[in-house]
Amino acid sequence: MRNVTNIRMSGLGGQGVVTAAHILGSAATTQGFESTVNPFFGAEKRLAPAESYVRISKERIYERGEILSPNIIMIFHPHVITLGKCYTMPFFEGLQENGIILINSDEVIELKKADKEQLMQLKAAVYYVSATEIASEVGGTELSTNMAMLGALLGITSLVDDESFEQALTERFSGGKFVASATTAALDDAVKGKYARVTQLIEKNIEVVKAASKSVREHKLS
Amino acid sequence: MIKQQEVTPDILFSSEEKQDMFITGSEAVKEAVKRANVDIAISYPITPQSESMHLVGDLYAQGYIDEYLRGENELAVMSEVAGASMGGVRVFTATGGPGTLRAFEMFSTWSGARLPIVCAFLTRGLNSPLTIQPDNLEMAHVLDTGMLMLHAENAQDLYDMLLRAFIVAEMPDVHIPIGVFADGFFVTHTRDKIQVDSEDIKLPKYNPYNSPVPAIDMENVPVRLMRDPFVMKSNFISYAAHASWQQEVLAAVERSRRYLNKYLGGLTEVTHEGAEIMVLASGTAVSQSREAIEQARNEGIDAGLIKLKCLRPFPVEEINNALKTAKAVVIPEFNRVGWLFREVKAALQKEIHVIGAPRVFGGMTMPVELILDEIRRCHNV
Repeated sequence: MRNVTNIRMSGLGGQGVVTAAHILGSAATTQGFESTVNPFFGAEKRLAPAESYVRISKERIYERGEILSPNIIMIFHPHVITLGKCYTMPFFEGLQENGIILINSDEVIELKKADKEQLMQLKAAVYYVSATEIASEVGGTELSTNMAMLGALLGITSLVDDESFEQALTERFSGGKFVASATTAALDDAVKGKYARVTQLIEKNIEVVKAASKSVREHKLS
Repeated sequence: MIKQQEVTPDILFSSEEKQDMFITGSEAVKEAVKRANVDIAISYPITPQSESMHLVGDLYAQGYIDEYLRGENELAVMSEVAGASMGGVRVFTATGGPGTLRAFEMFSTWSGARLPIVCAFLTRGLNSPLTIQPDNLEMAHVLDTGMLMLHAENAQDLYDMLLRAFIVAEMPDVHIPIGVFADGFFVTHTRDKIQVDSEDIKLPKYNPYNSPVPAIDMENVPVRLMRDPFVMKSNFISYAAHASWQQEVLAAVERSRRYLNKYLGGLTEVTHEGAEIMVLASGTAVSQSREAIEQARNEGIDAGLIKLKCLRPFPVEEINNALKTAKAVVIPEFNRVGWLFREVKAALQKEIHVIGAPRVFGGMTMPVELILDEIRRCHNV
């Protein structure tokens, strides 16, 4: 296999998995890496399974579509695991050895014995972050859950540097260049409605990112 | 709106002043149309095409396109662009999947009427069962409509092919419609690095006097053909006229080769020429194949790639040349029926092992390992 970092983000419609992937991919290209980003979803509706995939590499990436063998899996909602709201079963299907799983949950999710054993065999590192809580408390809105998830990711890996990340975040929300689909545009408006100015939105989200990067915690499987 | 200067196609296509963008395929459609000097665009939404025509609508709002409207359904849209094209202007539209099938009557009508319409087909699965996910089964249906067909591998191809499509389609000795196909989601919704030309240049305006048939003339082809069809009259000259007109459309398809060669740099692109096992593909199956071939070569297997950029006209000679020394050819496809496999089988001039696999459809991603398995199997035979 070539040296590509494959990140699979599984969440529910409206949680911002597509936007999170966009920002991470933009940050990677800003920093000079090659990256491709693509989403996968059914009809655009809230709470339906939604996934997005980010590939980051130093070389040109050709492969596209779903990431079948991720190095990093980000779970944006416990229901992805407990209700099977994702495109693969179990949720960590295809995870590479020494892979990382990052879960948004206030409490540890009890996994099936067989799943736990498989993850231990893969030497997977499992992390938890209360992304939705941090988004509400620090950012003032649950809609920043995706930013908290990215913050937690930056807290456990050094995929992209802070400067490129902040630039990508600013570009995504400062308008002009980006055109979203109708439902995404409606959510964008909802996020922007929470803040007096776009600059404030960006500052608050960066606070969310920093808070989440500090609060992410590893959970040892046993 | 940025003030744009018209430049010749040759200048635009060889321009070295490029801008890097990290955009989706849908946004690449917008970037191409922005520089294409389009007069009228007509849209009707269907996933995964909706965003592209929405963005083209933004171009209209900004003043880059003179007229933009939403049709009643896909058949209406394709009929409306036919009317606009007959009237002598440059038109653009896009559809995909069930939308393509709903509009179907018009595609052969366009080619029979010699209309140089450019349509982007952003493909998805066909009913039933219903899916909005990628699958290029609809291309099997379009193969024999008389349209030219290009197949983009990624957003860069989509941008480049759309701009060039207008120029090839409008050549007086071609002057037939052209479909630029791209796999939905894998191209339309995938964000990738691409290079676009400077924003302040665009293609020259369409010249309706380049048309080999007069614009809306009741007494001459193409309208005469429709209002008073030759074949309705039971005499030899009418039958002969009807039959020869169909052959003229096919001849126009053939005459497009020299322009496609010039503007696309060939109908095919071969990597690792003369390899023992060749993978032949079009669209995003090419991208998946590139990864598989690299892995196969790392294992010491002599594998190469034939990328088809163009399906109509079909690159018969190019394929046979590229397979001269190969012992097997693997054809991965994003559809159930294997239309590319059938096309290649019919075009081959020598006995060779042809594998019509893997076939992935209904929205699944094609795992690189499946292509690699086929390559390994051929190697071990």
